[in-house]
Amino acid sequence: MSRFKKGGKKEMPGITSSSLSDIVFMLLFFFMVTTQMRDKEQKVKVVTPEASEVVKLDRKDLNSYINIGSPTLAYQAQYGTDARIQLNDAFRTTDDIRDFIAAERESKSEKDRSLMTVSIKADQDVRMGIVTDVKQELRRCSALKIMYSARKPAK
Amino acid sequence: MAKKTPAINSSSTADIAFLLLCYFLMTTTMGSHFGLSRRLPPMPDPNQKVEDQKINRRNIIVVKINSADRILAGSEAIEISQLKDKIKEFLSNPTNDPNLPEREIQEIEGYSKGTYPVSKGVISLQNDRGTSYRAYIEVQNELVKAVNEIRDEFSMREFGVKYSALQDEAQQKVVRDCIPQNISEAEPKDVGKRR
Repeated sequence: MSRFKKGGKKEMPGITSSSLSDIVFMLLFFFMVTTQMRDKEQKVKVVTPEASEVVKLDRKDLNSYINIGSPTLAYQAQYGTDARIQLNDAFRTTDDIRDFIAAERESKSEKDRSLMTVSIKADQDVRMGIVTDVKQELRRCSALKIMYSARKPAK
Repeated sequence: MAKKTPAINSSSTADIAFLLLCYFLMTTTMGSHFGLSRRLPPMPDPNQKVEDQKINRRNIIVVKINSADRILAGSEAIEISQLKDKIKEFLSNPTNDPNLPEREIQEIEGYSKGTYPVSKGVISLQNDRGTSYRAYIEVQNELVKAVNEIRDEFSMREFGVKYSALQDEAQQKVVRDCIPQNISEAEPKDVGKRR
């Protein structure tokens, strides 16, 4: 007489999937936090020109944007349709670029400052006059690494 | 006695979370940014005397875009479609034309043959205040394309693959040294009406 049953079919316990949702939620939160949604309101309409020889920007965090274009419909009553410069969240003039660049420089870490790139996002229909003004101002601030934003042509 | 509420079936939460996860996974990689990279010349020091830049006349090609987006390369008006070939001819100078840029034999670090006749050609790009940005980028693109095609040809000859497909950093540098991309954006000139 034995007290132990032998050969009894042992049930494999089913894997509980209740923790699965927790894991997925964790991943979800991670991606939600890291996603950089467009946090800045676009106040100017920018359709970048097409260029086939574009290169990809590798350090997105070292990039500052200068948007140039005509104001969007909501702002046209106030600002007209002439091309304007948008820095961060507001309409600015070329005189404000100096402060903007200084602030952007300040926000980057010491060793990355020389790698900072200024990306000029200009609408394809703006005139070069305003772009030239911006470029001259950037030269004065010695922010010499620039990038003309462009998109790949649709094939 | 109160009725027992049935437990809410939570097995679908994982699915919902997955759906959201996929959405955020997609959006994180979407906003990649493309453009044409340039380096602006530093602002000349006002105290410094203007030095005479000794660039031989044959070594420079002036590309001008006027306010009507017409292009002038060298001394003739050309179409955008012809620009690339003109620049390629200018930079490579295959027949050693005395009107095209001279080639200086330079020692290239890491290059198996040691020296390479590097073209001294410089492209100077001038534009008007009234030029449209679209035309400007188009011209910039053609200039880069010309340089890239010469680089590709050189790379095919030397390493058997295109420049863009070169994996080795050192080889990339050799190609860049042999075929430099000298595009200068001239000081803006006020011609024609101001905006």
